Amino acid sequence: MSWKELEAGAVVKGGTSSSYVVSGWRVKRPVIDEAKCTNCLICWIYCPEPAIVRHQEGKVTIDYDHCKGCGICETECPPKAISMVREP
Amino acid sequence: MSLQPLRVAALQGDEAVAEAVRQSGVDVVAAYPITPQTIIVEKLAEYAAKGNLGGEFVSVESEHSALSACVGASLTGARVFTATSSQGLAYMHEMLYNVSGMRLPVVMAVANRALSAPLVLNADHSDMMGSRDSGWIQVYAENVEEMYDRTIQLFKLCEDPRVLLPAALNFEGFILSHDKERVRLLDDEPVRRFLERPRPRHRLDPADPFTFGAMATPETYYEFRMQQSEAMETALHVFDEVERGFEGISGRRYGAVDAYNTDDADVVMVINGSAAGTMRAAARGLNAAGENVGVLSIKLFRPFPLEQVVSHLSRARAVVAMDRSMSPGAPSGPVSEDVKAALQATKPVMSVVYGIGGRDLSTEDGKKIFGMAKEGSLSGSRSVMYGVKV
Ligand code: SF4
Ligand code: SF4
Repeated sequence: MSWKELEAGAVVKGGTSSSYVVSGWRVKRPVIDEAKCTNCLICWIYCPEPAIVRHQEGKVTIDYDHCKGCGICETECPPKAISMVREP
Repeated sequence: MSLQPLRVAALQGDEAVAEAVRQSGVDVVAAYPITPQTIIVEKLAEYAAKGNLGGEFVSVESEHSALSACVGASLTGARVFTATSSQGLAYMHEMLYNVSGMRLPVVMAVANRALSAPLVLNADHSDMMGSRDSGWIQVYAENVEEMYDRTIQLFKLCEDPRVLLPAALNFEGFILSHDKERVRLLDDEPVRRFLERPRPRHRLDPADPFTFGAMATPETYYEFRMQQSEAMETALHVFDEVERGFEGISGRRYGAVDAYNTDDADVVMVINGSAAGTMRAAARGLNAAGENVGVLSIKLFRPFPLEQVVSHLSRARAVVAMDRSMSPGAPSGPVSEDVKAALQATKPVMSVVYGIGGRDLSTEDGKKIFGMAKEGSLSGSRSVMYGVKV
């Protein structure tokens, strides 16, 4: 594409990462132990991807299509409800 | 257009910039104090505290955060200003490229100061020259009134939809930042009308989300940078339009370069910043005594006014380029290199380093340098370190 046709400042329509599946990047996947989870949402704040999903009833689950397996949620979860488990 | 009556005030350079920022109807100021720019931030904070600043003053914990806050604010379509100096500009370095790459019309005042170590508070151009290639428009002011005028002009230039680039207004720390001079202030209303706000094409809006400065690849990155380069070229012409428009409300116009006796001179000195005036005084003194020397002050350093520089130097018999920054290991400093590139070896360019770390350059020094140029003691492709103690 010619430089004349590109949108100056590299501006693109938002929301592109929601259509981008990153599950192939993972070596380990975070698994939430529902019995330990207090729904504090710390993981939701820290997760760098749109991978922690908050449900109406308050539950927290992981959207594995958008989880890159960085393990930040495991480190930050106060009651240690998340463990990183090796992908098969 | 009839000119408004002018308010005359005695202002320090930093105060004049702050007043221009207030009058420019800035929406967000995010800045961190650093000597010798502090008065600007203090003044703007004072305006904000008294309710005289139309916009928000954001206190931040560092220069990196200051410019980051400017990015966020500018993305919403706000008019944004910041100010820094020396180490502060160095700390902003990473963000400088984000601002220009996202094509955000942020205006920044840089009170030029040498860099540590050793720690020094005084002026040279090493701070801005170190960020020379960051894609910012760069103007060097010569006096306090010009600092005031350029601040207003730069908002107009940067926000022009054909340009959309950030700009740095440079002025030497203490020499200009703290110097109190006579300034003919404009009224608020003509400034407001001059700075009509163009609508940004895209802005940060949760209802209509966009990604700004998205990731590029080797297939597209070069083209995005090419756009910046072209915008700089365009800015050269828009700069002229802005100056003409500003002349309409102020009666003042400076040009991208200021030429004194450059036609047919034996020696023309090329210089930027406050020392240009001192060198013109030196040249006038010499010319009154029968010499024939000139001074070319480069006010707009980026985009470089190539054609004007070439045309003003075309008849000079000898050229001396003056750098107020060190470029260790290089043949000569950035001003000299540009002048050499512009002249394409059509004539020899002598290169002089001066004023490092706030070392004064007097009219007597100027006369000496003209003399050295004439007698040939400046020749050689490496810079002569003028005034260094040996
Ligand atoms: S592993 Fe990383 S990306 Fe995946 S849910 Fe945890 S924080 Fe988010
Ligand atoms: S941080 Fe841990 S406890 Fe808190 S919501 Fe996430 S998984 Fe549950």
